[in-house]
Order: sequence, then C-alpha cells, then structure tokens
Amino acid sequence: MNGVANNLLEIDNLGKRFGGFVALENISLSVPNGERLGLIGPNGSGKSTLVNCICGTLQNEAGTVRFDGATLDGFTAHQRTRKGLARSFQLPRPFASLSLLDNIRIPLLYTVEARGRRHSTSEVEERCDHCLREVGLQDKARHLPRDLTQVEMRKLELARAMAAEPKLLIADESMAGLTHSEVEDILALLVRLNEQGVTIILIEHIMRAVMSFSRRIVVLVSGRKIADGQPDDVMRDPEVERAYLGQ
Amino acid sequence: MRSGPFLLICLVLGGAVYGAAALLDNDYIFFAGYVVLQYVVLSTAWNILGGYCGYVNFGSAAFFALGAYSTVAIHKFTTINETVAVPIPILVLMAGVVSGVVGYGMGYLTLRLRGAFFAIATLALAVVLETLVVNWDFVGGSRGAYILRPSEIAPFGNYVRYLFLIMVVLAAAAVTVARLIERSRLGYGFATIRDDELAAEALGVPTLQLKLIATTISGALMGMAGAPFPYYIGFLQPSSTFGLDYAVNSIAMPLIGGTTSWVGPVIGALLLGSLEQIATVTISSAINLLIVGCLLVGFVIVAPRGIIGLVQTYRRSKPEEFAARRPIDADAPEATP
Repeated sequence: MNGVANNLLEIDNLGKRFGGFVALENISLSVPNGERLGLIGPNGSGKSTLVNCICGTLQNEAGTVRFDGATLDGFTAHQRTRKGLARSFQLPRPFASLSLLDNIRIPLLYTVEARGRRHSTSEVEERCDHCLREVGLQDKARHLPRDLTQVEMRKLELARAMAAEPKLLIADESMAGLTHSEVEDILALLVRLNEQGVTIILIEHIMRAVMSFSRRIVVLVSGRKIADGQPDDVMRDPEVERAYLGQ
Repeated sequence: MRSGPFLLICLVLGGAVYGAAALLDNDYIFFAGYVVLQYVVLSTAWNILGGYCGYVNFGSAAFFALGAYSTVAIHKFTTINETVAVPIPILVLMAGVVSGVVGYGMGYLTLRLRGAFFAIATLALAVVLETLVVNWDFVGGSRGAYILRPSEIAPFGNYVRYLFLIMVVLAAAAVTVARLIERSRLGYGFATIRDDELAAEALGVPTLQLKLIATTISGALMGMAGAPFPYYIGFLQPSSTFGLDYAVNSIAMPLIGGTTSWVGPVIGALLLGSLEQIATVTISSAINLLIVGCLLVGFVIVAPRGIIGLVQTYRRSKPEEFAARRPIDADAPEATP
C-alpha cells in the first residue's frame, strides 16, 4: 500500500451509464502528487463524463473515487471543491452579472474561507488581483465577462479555478480554438502552477500541447481506458493509433 | 454605509412621513400609506429569492395569507378564554417564524426545479394553502374571519396610525436585510446561483443550502408583511387574502424597479403602490390590476431591467461623469480604466 499514500487521486473501477448507454466502464487510474497528466481521446470517448464524475457534477454508479486519502462517493460538487479539487469547464461558464474581480472572489469566499482561513477585505482584493495578474487580466478587473474575448474568457475560467487554491486542477479543453501563442501562454501558466505543487490533469485535443505538457498520458476510447504511460510510448501504441487514425 | 445607520435613516424617513401625515391630520394618508409600505416589504421579500437568486415565486399571496391567518389563529386562540390579546409586534414575529418554516419546506420540496417549473410549483403551494384555510373552521373557513380592533390606541390616537408605524418599522427592517444580504458573502452566493448553478457548485458554493436560506428569509418577510393585515382590514376572507393582486404586485414591483439591487423593489413598490392607491380613489378599485399589467408589459418591452437598469444604461453611456464613483452593486458598470 506504499504507492497509495502518494496518490492524490485514485479512481477504482469507475462506471457510469446514461440509460442503456455505457459512458464509462471499469476506469481505474492513479494520479500521484505533482503529476502532469494528459487525458486524451476522440470526441464522445467519456473524458468530460470522467471529469464530471471526479468533481461530483455527476455521480458514478460503480466504483469509487478517492482523493487525498478520502472517498468522495456521495459528496456534492461544492464539498469536493472544498477538499481541493478544481476544474475549468470546457465551455467557459463565467458569472455573467459579476465583474471579473467578483468572479474570482467567489472561490475565495466559498472555498478558501470554508477551509478555515479568514481573509480581511483588503486581503481578498489582493488575492483577486493576484489571480487576475497571473493570467494577465488585471486591467479588466472591473469589467463584466461579456466584455471579454474568447481567450480571455478561458483565462478567467482558469484564474477562477486557481483562486480556489486546489491540490488538483482539471483543465477541460481550456485551449480549444486558441492560436499558437495563446496556447503557449496557457501552457506556461499550467506549468508554473504545477511547479508550485498543483497536480494537473489536462484534457486537450491539441496534441502539440498535450505532448509538451504531459509527463504521462491516458487515452480513453468509448468509455474505456486503452492506454496509460509515457507520452512517447502511448503514441506508439497500435491500439491508440487505431482509435485515432482508423484501420 | 453600515447597516445600523442605514436602518436608522430608513426609520427616520418613515417617521418623517408619519409626522407630515399627522400634521395634515388626514387618516386616509395612513390608510393608503400602510398598503404602499406593505408592498415595499412584499416586493423586497420577493426580490431576495426572485431577483438575487433568479427563482420566480408566484406564491407570494400564499405567504402573505399565511402571515395574516397565523395572526387570526393566534388571536382566536388567545381570546377563547378572555385572555389579553397578543401585541401586534409579537404576532408579526410569530407569523415570520411560521411562514419562514413553510418557506424552508417549500424550498426543500421544489428547489430541484428550475425556471417555469419552479414557478408552477409555487403557484400550486398557494392553491394547496388556500384549500386548507377554506376548510379550516377555526379561522373562519370560507366565511372569513372578523378581527375587532380597538378604534384608538395610546399614544398614537387612531389605530391605523399605529399599524402604519408598525409597517414603517417592518419595511425599514426588510430593506435593511435585503441590502445587508446584497453586500455580504451570501449576496455573492445568491448572484452565482442566478448566473450559473453548475459553475457555482464547482467553485464551492453550496447552492441548495443558499437557496433554502433565500426561500426561508423571503417567506418569513412576506408572512411578516401579512401579520398586521387582519387588524388593518377587520374582515379577512380567503379569496381576497390569497388573491392574485399580491402575487402579481410582488412580482411586478421589483421587475419595474429593477431586480439586481435593493433599490429596485423599493422604487417599484413606492411608484406602483402609490399609483394604485391614487387609481383606487380617483378611478375605481377594480382597475388596479389592469394598470399593473399594462405597466409590466410596457416595462418588459422598453426597460427589461427596470428603472435601475435604465439608470445603469444611462451611466454607462456617460462613463466620465461616474468614473470616480464605485458601483453600488456588482452589476453596476464602471468606466474603462
């Protein structure tokens, strides 16, 4: 059981169905502390469903999810967030009526403070400003999300997830539709976070980004895990090639 | 401004209106003013759930009636054996507890529904409660209930003046509570529920718990608004107490005033409430709902975000004039730095 102690996230035989459709089947996955994991798979392979099951947006029917030594089954999404899980959504979901600053304020008020750390008003402002600065949005702090471009929206999504001070960050396709240099920006941000000790799971279709970021890659196809290992090995795996390129 | 001084200012304002009306020595002003203030409480209460959280409650009349009928029940119960009547402020608090509990229960049963489905469920609650009251003989059933109030009370003189003062305090309290919520952690949580519940959960906001807090506070305040009503009206009847007027007005007033800030329902209630009182005297009491309906349709077309929304749009168009000021609420725009 030596390995288990070091694993931040431990998924064991997880299964999820939607009616007769099996979205996930017998997924087992361990993510050690400090890992940079890439999760890839064709559209509809169950990546987002897996994220939803980990984060509590959906409840899995079979198997268990363990995080930081505790079983998460039955916990709601906000309880899991407070335990140190954070995610960004595939399509950005900002709070439309709140300014950027207040968007960042939410996880500080509801997650960081719920862990027992009280902030004074000025500390909260400082933290919000810091988070926005990390993604280069500090000049728009008082704007509403509708004034943002698509890239900025994705940056806000990440900044908001980071503000919750997670142990594990799941970035769900946070680079789709971005240009080359914008992808580099976000990758640099994720690497910086990882260096600060945050474990990161990156879900992405842009292979260049996944390959340069991940130290390990997991491939999902039709709700099953077909490969798990070093990026280069996984890419050479015939089953992965078949899934992506067809026979 | 902190809440203490704010409450004080509200009370002083209400006291000033009381003083002015007393100087004119016209009891009709108290009579009409009571109704307007009652709508300030109702629409402020509605806005805590409807405006802040985005859950449209069509059952305001049910909570209002619940408050009124809890007064009737307590009054009947305490006067059976010729005991002293309970003072109205205590009745108000008791009604607040009763309707707060019902609000919590309603929330627990219906908050898994969203949008139109939630609205329909609240409407159903009103129907269920009305049926219960109609069949409850102790509070008068469908015949209605009489409450005999003393015509004078020391040191206020006419009893209506006393009721008016109670409503002043209640309105000031309701507005202070709404304003306090808006600027607190709770208010930010409510706003995230209005905007995106899924994202809110993912960021640690306990959405179900917050929605239950909202239905409880909102329900309690509505019930408190209804508690003095039997003393005001003298004869309480289920069909009018559960009437459409209360449900429609407490939705229309915040919508016309603007739902994102505590100011909106207050403006809406003062404006629409006064207009209705004037129409009652000058045209006919039956025309009230028609006026409300027409105004609501007009506002939905011209200013969907209410009067507050109009002001904000105006400010946005002239950013330099307002650049130095911080926004009143999170939704207020601010100039580009």
